Amino acid sequence: MEEEDDDVSADPYLPYDGGGDTIPLQTFPNRGSNYVMSNGGGVASSSTHLLDFLEEPIPGVGTYDDFHTIDWVREKCKDRERHRKINSKKKDSAWELSRSLYDAWSGWLVVTLTGLASGALAGLIDIAADWLNDLKEGVCLSAMWFNHEQCCWTSNETTFAERDKCPQWKSWAELILGQAEGPGSYIMNYFMYIYWALSFAFLAVCLVKVFAPYACGSGIPEIKTILSGFIIRGYLGKWTLLIKTITLVLAVASGLSLGKEGPLVHVACCCGNIFSYLFPNLEEVSYYFPLKTLWRSFFAALVAAFVLRSINPFGNSRLVLFYVEYHTPWYLFELLPFILLGVFGGLWGAFFIRANIAWCRRRKSTRFGKYPVLEVILVAAITAVVAFPNPYTRQNTSELIKELFTDCGPLESSQLCQYRSQMNGSKAFNETPNRPAGAGVYTAMWQLGLALVPSGLFIPSMAIGAIAGRIVGIAMEQLAYYYHDWFLFKEWCEVGADCITPGLYAMVGAAACLGGVTRMTVSLVVIVFELTGGLEYIVPLMAAVMTSKWVGDAFGREGIYESHIRLNGYPFLDAKEEFTHTTLAREVMRPRPSDPPLAVLTQDDLSVAELQAVISETSYNGFPVVVSKESQRLVGFALRRDITIAVENARRKQEGIVLTSRVYFTQHAPTLPADSPRPLKLRSILDMSPFTVTDHTPMEIVVDIFRKMGLRQCLVTHNGTLLGIITKKNILEHLEELKRHPELPVISHAPSSFTRLSLRLRPPRRLA
Amino acid sequence: MKSVMTLEVVSLVGFVLLTFAGAKNSEDIRCKCICPPYRDIEGQIYKQNVSLKDCNCLHVVEPMPVDGKDVEAYCLRCECKYEERSSGTIKFTIIMYLSILGLLLLYMVYLTLLEPMLKRRLFGHSQLIQNDEDVVGDQQPFANAHNVLSRSHSRPNVLNKVEHAQQRWRRQVQEQRKSVFDRHVVLS
Repeated sequence: MEEEDDDVSADPYLPYDGGGDTIPLQTFPNRGSNYVMSNGGGVASSSTHLLDFLEEPIPGVGTYDDFHTIDWVREKCKDRERHRKINSKKKDSAWELSRSLYDAWSGWLVVTLTGLASGALAGLIDIAADWLNDLKEGVCLSAMWFNHEQCCWTSNETTFAERDKCPQWKSWAELILGQAEGPGSYIMNYFMYIYWALSFAFLAVCLVKVFAPYACGSGIPEIKTILSGFIIRGYLGKWTLLIKTITLVLAVASGLSLGKEGPLVHVACCCGNIFSYLFPNLEEVSYYFPLKTLWRSFFAALVAAFVLRSINPFGNSRLVLFYVEYHTPWYLFELLPFILLGVFGGLWGAFFIRANIAWCRRRKSTRFGKYPVLEVILVAAITAVVAFPNPYTRQNTSELIKELFTDCGPLESSQLCQYRSQMNGSKAFNETPNRPAGAGVYTAMWQLGLALVPSGLFIPSMAIGAIAGRIVGIAMEQLAYYYHDWFLFKEWCEVGADCITPGLYAMVGAAACLGGVTRMTVSLVVIVFELTGGLEYIVPLMAAVMTSKWVGDAFGREGIYESHIRLNGYPFLDAKEEFTHTTLAREVMRPRPSDPPLAVLTQDDLSVAELQAVISETSYNGFPVVVSKESQRLVGFALRRDITIAVENARRKQEGIVLTSRVYFTQHAPTLPADSPRPLKLRSILDMSPFTVTDHTPMEIVVDIFRKMGLRQCLVTHNGTLLGIITKKNILEHLEELKRHPELPVISHAPSSFTRLSLRLRPPRRLA
Repeated sequence: MKSVMTLEVVSLVGFVLLTFAGAKNSEDIRCKCICPPYRDIEGQIYKQNVSLKDCNCLHVVEPMPVDGKDVEAYCLRCECKYEERSSGTIKFTIIMYLSILGLLLLYMVYLTLLEPMLKRRLFGHSQLIQNDEDVVGDQQPFANAHNVLSRSHSRPNVLNKVEHAQQRWRRQVQEQRKSVFDRHVVLS
């Protein structure tokens, strides 16, 4: 664009016939499983559009390497180009019209299928996890595939004491020893419980390790990063999906204190990704989330909810396990304990994030991390040993939360409610609340260790909060009972009536803890509200979540997911952070004053050998192309991967390309001596419209541009000549640096964690 | 690759349809009434196989523990809930889950134990060493391009293709394992 001084119409018969015969892109199934590409090598051709029919796109050009960042601007250009092409052809024939319709609908179709699959998988996981969880205690003899509840579906044990005992359901002790009572059977059950828990955990770890290592962990930090445009190959693949689904069930059933909600996000993402394969020219979801995408996700959620409802995994015709059914009012003075719960949630969240990150860092840095299988087995063993004697920890964590949330009515036979019947008598308040408290402490401790198996922290955090809330609620209730003459209670509570709902406190506590850990506010209130269906408790929830966020932010601004992203050094530019410093683009760009000059390519006087040397000796992912070394005027930008692929392709397919061949990026071949070998044209891989800023642009603006447009790199010019380059990773480093030394305007050269990913140094090696 | 996807979609749709069609067994509905203690009668739980319109205390609680005039008072305190499940879905899910798990386990055992043994017996040591060199070769800057291009024009028979796909998959897993367990770049 800048240097278009040569005539376009001069010579259409150019020596380059890029790709050989027809090479459909579909034959490259491995081109990055988390990334859907439309057509190869397209963008650069906006000005060379006339020549498109001559230059077949080179296969592989325009794709990305593992652990690289997506250039959203380039992709958007490509997508628009494709749309334009389809739209312009629309009127030609019925076939083209149907193709354009298909193109328009493919997005919705993918979304529908994703919704179907996610809903079905969620139901499947719920059913299987319930069953496997109950398998630890016993088995249904009449129908092996039923869990405890389903097994006793129509049994006629009518008294409360025997409600859990039905002849079809046999505990392991009954099956093996033939007796259901006594110390022998208790030990047998204990043993079988530990045995099953251990074997589930072991199976999960082995499967993850052998088939899909990416299936470990919660996956949310990675999903966040991938959505912001970062390639992790295979992270959303078929195997990851399969293994994650299978092992998630195992992990939940093994009794480790983890939930399935977080990993389900990963599962659903895998689904969407796999379906998007069916429609190879689907447009991508960019991370600034256009409204269209929002609509589609809404639709997907609708479909998923519909499927889940029809599967009916919990047997209560509700989508969620813990549905709140009480509607007792709350009183104004109760806001105080709610806010206290919020404070607790914030403190706990801050503590949890600190501890979790410290633990993960230790695992990364010391030899401790070398034995992940052992770690999981150990944690599972200790969990099982500790969990069995306490009935609250023995059951599923979700079940525990459900029990904590429900109000004590006359229908509840739960242990939690037993103090109530005694309350009318003399001594109330037996030790019941202490037992869940014990459970909570232990849950919190082992939360830290879960890394290798798919694990989430939604449910455990909620459990902690619910336990704390329930305790506070019970305490309040007792207060109200004993001091009902006190002015506060006197005004609101009538003697004998319940004015405190402990279940509500549990709910608020759960929301507060979840808020403290994830630092979500609005979305969290909506989630809790949807999870429990308690419409009238919005205000308590909001108060508690806000407090917990304030308190948590006092100790550290990041939520658990952001902390993990930072710990792993993913290039994630958080849109929430404000950039308040006054640095200029010149101070951030590479090369630094002390560095060697920027590695550039000239537009028409490099040989193939020189080009390969530049590529082998540096580790940059892209090279600016300039007019000549002297003038340094910018022509465009070429990506390392594209160059390597194009050169390799040309050397295979084109006659006469040798190491001494001239490489040129211009429209026409430079004039060469008569005996020189045939030149190689690389114009098709050149991005002719790279983003540029001048060296005096404030970094505030540069950061904004990167955030809003999803740029990958940006060139810096001075008086129209090329000066340097700023990449997304440079900006992240800069932010990191400013965070550490806010007073220093000039940045030193401390290698931070970002360099580890950005420059995966390859040994400089010449190509033979 | 595409056929596999299609198969997945078909099986999924089948699953969903099966769920809808899952004929409501008469076993799959119940009405559960929980009656709290009343006077000297202990709390009771009653379950009956009745339809939704019959799901109330009068139809479900049998035998009625109180006599005539107290029935109304007793029933007022009972709470009845109508519940449904689809045992077909549960059965299908569990069996499918177990079979997939079993297959995966078998394959895992094969991959980790049997295959190295067979290979060693068949080819001796040289093959293994060569494999290692292949992995090292991947690190070259141009090898990647080589990979991408070579995929385009080898069109072998089905068996070769399967072998190739398996090889590639294994390399991917190797790479993943390296980045998760050794380098610790991804994940915690």
